Amino acid sequence: MTTFQPLDVIRVSASVTEANVAPNRDVEVTKLIDVSKCIGCKACQSACMEWNDTRPRAGENVGVYENPSDLTPNMFTLMRFTEWDNPKTGNLEWLIRKDGCMHCEEPGCLKACPAPGAIVQYANGIVDFIHENCIGCGYCVKGCPFNIPRISRVDNTAYKCTLCSDRAAVGQQPACAKSCPTHAIVFGTKKEMIAHADSRIADLKSRGFDQAGLYNPQGVGGTHVMYVLHHADQPEIYAGLPANPVISPLVEAWKGAGKYVGMAAMGLTVVAGVLHHLFLGANRVSEEDEENAGRLVEERRDR
Amino acid sequence: MTDNVQHGTHIRVRRYSGSARVNHWIVAIGFVLLLLSGLSLFHPSLYIIGATLFGDGQTMRWIHPWIGVALVISFAGLFIRFFPANLPAFTDLVWLARARSVLAGRDEYLPEVGKYNAGQKFVFWSQAVLIAVLFVTGAGLWDSKLPFFEQLTGFYPTIDQRRWAAVIHASAAVLTIIVWIIHVYAAIWVRGTIPAMTQGTVTGGWGWRHHRKWLRRQVKQPSAIEAGGPTR
Repeated sequence: MTTFQPLDVIRVSASVTEANVAPNRDVEVTKLIDVSKCIGCKACQSACMEWNDTRPRAGENVGVYENPSDLTPNMFTLMRFTEWDNPKTGNLEWLIRKDGCMHCEEPGCLKACPAPGAIVQYANGIVDFIHENCIGCGYCVKGCPFNIPRISRVDNTAYKCTLCSDRAAVGQQPACAKSCPTHAIVFGTKKEMIAHADSRIADLKSRGFDQAGLYNPQGVGGTHVMYVLHHADQPEIYAGLPANPVISPLVEAWKGAGKYVGMAAMGLTVVAGVLHHLFLGANRVSEEDEENAGRLVEERRDR
Repeated sequence: MTDNVQHGTHIRVRRYSGSARVNHWIVAIGFVLLLLSGLSLFHPSLYIIGATLFGDGQTMRWIHPWIGVALVISFAGLFIRFFPANLPAFTDLVWLARARSVLAGRDEYLPEVGKYNAGQKFVFWSQAVLIAVLFVTGAGLWDSKLPFFEQLTGFYPTIDQRRWAAVIHASAAVLTIIVWIIHVYAAIWVRGTIPAMTQGTVTGGWGWRHHRKWLRRQVKQPSAIEAGGPTR
């Protein structure tokens, strides 16, 4: 594995210029999660907590397999469990998907973020939150097509999976991948991971999963976390994995054209005022107006 | 600003009470602070304004909604004070139909109007509606208070509803700023208006020229008229 250069930033939130327009993308990294090999042991969750030194409080049993019951500012990854009745075979399938940041090639969080430098994308594809620049507004939550970021009420900044950017920078795989006992989570370059996924998909197809496939959604330009799904034709059955994730058109309008239209509308109003005053001058009260008013008062007094 | 109006014994007419002026300026200060912090979150090039004014982005983020709450409360005061004088009247239609004369400053071609003309009524009602929209959508964007609002109302917005809130909040903010620019410009363009909100009085001539129907009512109350003093 190459040594990554995490400061090789290609996108910066709320910045007019992109940091690096011609990055070296030879080292695009990807985590591949093979859902068909996952046994739901949650070792990845434990490893994630250990490496990132997060200390979620002991939760409550709300009657589901997930623990905690949702992603939190202290839990960047979560095994999501679905009991699915396969209508074709009549089999009950236990679908387990490791949820977390997908590290989109076109990150919605970064698009929505108003704080300069709070969200960056490195040349290796990792999307990272820079906490000292984060203002805790929650716009990333609205930008994300996967409902991933969570705002901590301890320091009021947003948290999510970093794809262990600090480990990747020194040539290490993410903690979750390292801990996975069945190698359901593997890590490498995007090309390697696609090739690896192809062999896994061929294997699954040979064993009757004719809809097996790779989840690398193009609506967000592809992702740096990909899934091998045995039912790739219906990703929603995996605890609501979106079939065609895109940055919401609302967010595109708000943070795209909206910014320019809004600024132009306000600017033009000011310009209209300045021009109006330049061409027509002030609307002044005349001496005659004052005299008329004075007369009105006198008439009143005389009565 | 003495312009062509001479110092003399012109009368001054009471327009706003002390409490109305204080109320107005509280709203005005709140509005400007909201505008600066809001624009900072709206366009990255403007981020530096709010971050500098409030110290940092975190402070700007938490203080913006609280100023919003203060503005809504203080604007409610203005609303209650001013809405009776802002109810629509037939004269408004005539006034609006002569918009060309309004823009040209030819007040002699305009009908006599009461305390507010149709333009001022437009500012009043559009700000009232926009502030209500900004308040509701702003609550939906106030991430840290969403659990509290859920306790209060039983409603917790979905992420898509919050996206709508963001788009509507930004659009309404742009509109409210445009109306505010019109409001400020009109106060500057129509000379003699600003003392109404600083000293509480205008000259009789100002009333005669712009709000004659109102002036005719004011002169009936001797307490509303102050004689003498330099005019401006």
